[in-house]
Amino acid sequence: MPAALILYCVGALLALAILAAGIARRRVATPIIYGTSLVVTLAILTVVLSELLAGAQPSSITLPLGLPWIGAHFRLDALSAFFLAVVSLGAAAASLFALGYGRHESEPARVLPFFPAFLAAMNLVVLADDAFTFLLSWEFMSLTSWALVVAHHHNRDNLRAGYIYLLMASFGTLMLLFTFGMLAGPDGGYAFATIREASRSPELAALVLAFVLIGTGSKAGLVPLHVWLPLAHPAAPSHVSALMSGVMTKVAVYAFIRIVFDLLGPPEWWWSMVVLALGGITAVLGVLYALMQHDLKRLLAYHTVENIGIIFIGLGLALAFQANGLGWAAALALTAALFHVFNHSLFKSLLFFGSGAVLTSTGERDMEHLGGLIRFMPQTAFVFLVGSAAISALPPLNGFVSEWMTFQAIFLSPELPQWGLRLLIPAIGAMLALSAALAAACFVKAFGVSFLGRPRSAAAERARETDSFSLAAMFAFAGLCLVAGVLPGFVIDGLSPVTQSLIGDHMPMQAARPFLSITPAIQSHNSYSGLLIFIFVTIAASLGAYFIRSFASHKVRRSPAWDCGFPDTSPVTQYTAGSFAQPIRRVFGTMIFHAREHVAMPRPGDTQPARFSVTLRDLVWDVFYAPIGVAVSFAATRFNHLQFLTIRRYLGLVFFALVFLLLVLAVWQ
Amino acid sequence: MIAAIAAQTLQMLLVVLLAPLLAGLVRKTKARLLRRRGPPLIQPYRDLLRLLRKEVVLAENASWLFRAAPYLIFAVIWVAAVLVPTFAIGLPFSVAADLIAIVALVGSARFLLALAGLDVGTSFGGIGSSREVMIASLAEPAMLMIIFALALIAGTTQLSVITQFMLSPEVGLRVSLALALIGLIIVAIAENARIPVDNPATHLELTMVHEAMVLEYSGRHLAMIEMAAALKLVLYISLIACIFVPWGIAASGASAAALAIGLAAYIGKLALGGVLLAVFEVTIAKMRVFRVPEFLGAALMLALLATLLRLVSRGF
Repeated sequence: MPAALILYCVGALLALAILAAGIARRRVATPIIYGTSLVVTLAILTVVLSELLAGAQPSSITLPLGLPWIGAHFRLDALSAFFLAVVSLGAAAASLFALGYGRHESEPARVLPFFPAFLAAMNLVVLADDAFTFLLSWEFMSLTSWALVVAHHHNRDNLRAGYIYLLMASFGTLMLLFTFGMLAGPDGGYAFATIREASRSPELAALVLAFVLIGTGSKAGLVPLHVWLPLAHPAAPSHVSALMSGVMTKVAVYAFIRIVFDLLGPPEWWWSMVVLALGGITAVLGVLYALMQHDLKRLLAYHTVENIGIIFIGLGLALAFQANGLGWAAALALTAALFHVFNHSLFKSLLFFGSGAVLTSTGERDMEHLGGLIRFMPQTAFVFLVGSAAISALPPLNGFVSEWMTFQAIFLSPELPQWGLRLLIPAIGAMLALSAALAAACFVKAFGVSFLGRPRSAAAERARETDSFSLAAMFAFAGLCLVAGVLPGFVIDGLSPVTQSLIGDHMPMQAARPFLSITPAIQSHNSYSGLLIFIFVTIAASLGAYFIRSFASHKVRRSPAWDCGFPDTSPVTQYTAGSFAQPIRRVFGTMIFHAREHVAMPRPGDTQPARFSVTLRDLVWDVFYAPIGVAVSFAATRFNHLQFLTIRRYLGLVFFALVFLLLVLAVWQ
Repeated sequence: MIAAIAAQTLQMLLVVLLAPLLAGLVRKTKARLLRRRGPPLIQPYRDLLRLLRKEVVLAENASWLFRAAPYLIFAVIWVAAVLVPTFAIGLPFSVAADLIAIVALVGSARFLLALAGLDVGTSFGGIGSSREVMIASLAEPAMLMIIFALALIAGTTQLSVITQFMLSPEVGLRVSLALALIGLIIVAIAENARIPVDNPATHLELTMVHEAMVLEYSGRHLAMIEMAAALKLVLYISLIACIFVPWGIAASGASAAALAIGLAAYIGKLALGGVLLAVFEVTIAKMRVFRVPEFLGAALMLALLATLLRLVSRGF
C-alpha cells in the first residue's frame, strides 16, 4: 500500500511536468510548479518516514508495464525507504528554495518541465524492483538532469558540460546494462527477487562488481570517473545543482548498495580492498581538486566527489567486515556510510542554495570577485557558515558524527584476519583524516574569501539579502544539520532496520544511553555525545561572556585596520582564493597536479607590470581521458574511408562479419 | 555523584587558573636559560587583566563573526581541555568525547580562528590563516595515526580508559608507545604554534602564523584569544601526561587523599612539561614554513610505524 501511495505521488510529479510544459511561459507557472512539487515531495517524505520508523514489512506492487513477461515491479523496503527519505527531503527543500530563486530564472521554459520529471525519475530508480524498470528510470533520471544542465544553453561551457555529462551517463548506463545482464543470467530473470535467489560463480560475481563500480561510480563521481561532475553540477540552476550533488549522487550510492549488498550475494573479502582504495583516492583527490578552485559552485561540486569517497570508504569497510562474518562491525560501517549519505544531502544542498543566493545577489560565482558578503547578506552568511562547519566535520554538527563512526569502524580493522586489509585500512584512515583536514581548509577558504574581508568588486558591494523562501529552505537545513549532530542516536536507531535487512545485524540501540551519547558497539568504551558538547560549549561561552561583561571594559572604538602598521587601502591586496591555497598547492600540488608557478619580473627600469601565473594539470584527464580521446579520433580517421564504399563491399563486410561471429560461436561451444 | 561533579568543577577551574601560570613558567624558564631575568611568573595574569581593562579597537569593516569568534574559541578549547583527564579519571562527563572528538574540538577552534584572521581583509590575517590550515592539514592525519596506534595498544579511544590501561602493569616499555610519544610531541608543538614551527614571541616577521591571525585583535577579545592559546598548551601537556606518564592520577571514586596526590602530581607534570618545552625551544631554531611538512611528515611516519609494529606483533 505505501508503495502504491508513492507511485501516485510520482504520477502526480509526472503530470506536473506535462502541465509545466504547457504553462511554463506564464508568470504564475513558477509558484505553481514549485509549490506543488513541495507538497508532493513532503507527502512522499511523510509516507517513507512513517514506514521507516514503524519498521514496516516491505510492500511491493506490480504494474502491467515494461517487459511483457515480467511487468514493472516496485518495492518499498527499509533501504529504499531511507533513500526515498533522503531524495524527498532534498527535493522538498529544493522546491522551497526555488519558490524564491526560480523567480530570477531567465529561461523558465527550459527548467520548469524537467524539474518535477527529474524528481519523479529519482523516486522511480529507488522504488524499482526489476532490472528493466530500474534501467529505464535510471536513464530517465540522466536525461532529465541533462536537460537541466543545458538549460542555460547560451553559455558554451554549459553545452560542453552537457555533452561530457551525456557521454559519461550513457557509458554508465551501458555498464549497468551489462551488470544486470550478468546478474540475470541466460534465463533472463530480470526481477530483483529472481536475481537475489540465483547463485553465481566467484569470477562472475567479481566481474559484476567491476561493472557496478564503473556504472554507479560514474554517476556518483568516483575518481577517475568524476570528470563530468564538476562541469555539469555547477552549470545547472542552483536548486538543481543542489539536487544533483546532494541527492542524485546518493541515488547512485543506492544503486551500488542495492546491487552489491542485496542482489549479488555474499561478498569476497578482497572486493573491499578495491572499494576502499577507490574511496580513499576519491576522498583525497576530490578535496585537493576542490582546494584549487575559485569558482564557488565548482568547488562545491568537487567536494561532492570527496564526500562520495568517504561514503565508499564506509561501504568498503562494511564489505570487509561482512565478508569475515563480523556483522556488528559491518553494521557500524554501513550505518556510518548511510549516515554520511544523509548528512551530505543536508549540507551540500544547503551550500549550493547559499551559492545560488550569492549568484542571484551578485551575479558572480567566482570567489575572486566576492568578499565582505557577511555584512550585506548576514543571514545567508550565517547558514553558509553552519554548512561549511558541518561539511568540515566539526563537532557538534552532523558531519563529524558520521566521520567519527567511520573512524570507529576503521579502528576495528585489527579484528580482520587478512593482512592486506589490516595494512590497507590504517592507510585509508590517514587518508580520511587528511581529507577531513583539507576539507576544513577548503571551507575556510570558501567562506573566508566569499563572505569575509572586503568586497573585491562593485557587484559584491551591491549585494542584498536573498528572499525569504530561499532563507527558509537554508535555515531548515542548517537546523537539521545541528539536530542530526546533537541527537545522532535517533538517526542511528532509525537506520537499524536498513542494516538489519542488508547484513542481518544492527548497531546497539542508542536512544537509551546516558546523556544521549552514541557508542559504536556494545562492548566498546568509546562514546561521543554531541548534546553534551553542544551544552558545554554554550555554557562555557556564556560563562566567558558573563565574566567579560562583569569585569572587563565595555568600550569599543572603530578605526582603520591595524595590519602591523601598513594598512593597504585597495581590496586587491587581500588574500585571494588562489593565494590562500598556495601553501597547500605547494605541499600537495607539485606532485599531484604538476603545479608550477611562473614569475615574470620585468628588468629594472622597465615599466611593465610583473606577472605571476600558476599552471595546473589534471593528471586524471591526462592519464585516462586524453589517450581515449586520441584513440577515438585516430580510429575515426582510419575508418573514415569505410563511409564511402560501394553497396557490394558493404554486403561483403556484413557477410564476413556473420561468418566470423558464427565461427566464434562454434569454437566457444 | 556529588563528589564526582565537584571534582569535575574543580578540573574546569583548575585548567583555566593554571593556564597563564604555565605560560609564565615557559617564558621565565626560557629567559633564565638565555641568561635574562625574564618577567615574573605571574606576568601573564597581569597581561590578561590589563587587556581586559583596555578598550577594544575594532577594524572598521570587522563583522559579527570577528567579535563572536574569541568567545567561541575560548569556550571550545576550554571544553576540550576539561575533557582530558588531569588529576582524576572517570569523571562523569568523560562520556561526552573520546580522543577523536577532543582533537576535532580543537579543529573547530582553529576553523573559527582562521576565519577571524580573514575577516578584516588584511594581508597579514590571510597569510596566517592560509599557513595555519596548511599546518593543520598535515598535523591532523599524524594525530589520527597516533590515536590509531594508541587504540591498537589500549583497545579504546576513550581517554579515561586509555589512562587506566597505561596504569596497569601489563603495559611495560614498548617501541610502538615510544614512537607514538615522539609523534604526539611533534604534533603538540605544531598545534601550539611553538618553535620550530611558529614563534609565539614574534611580531612583524613574515614567518609568523598564529600571531598573524590574531593581529587585529585587541582588548578583551585579545585576552580571550591569549587565554585560549594558554589553555591549548595545558590541554596538550595534560594529554601527553595522562597517556604516557599517568602515575599519580586518581582512579574513579578515589578518596580525598588520592585526589590530593593526583592534584599535586598533575601540577608537577605540568611544570615539568613547561620546563622541558622551554629547554627544547631555546636549543632549536625556527624552521622555514615549507620545512614544516617534513617535520610533520616525520610524525605521520612514526605513527604509521608504531601502528605497523603493533600489527606485526603484540610484543612491540
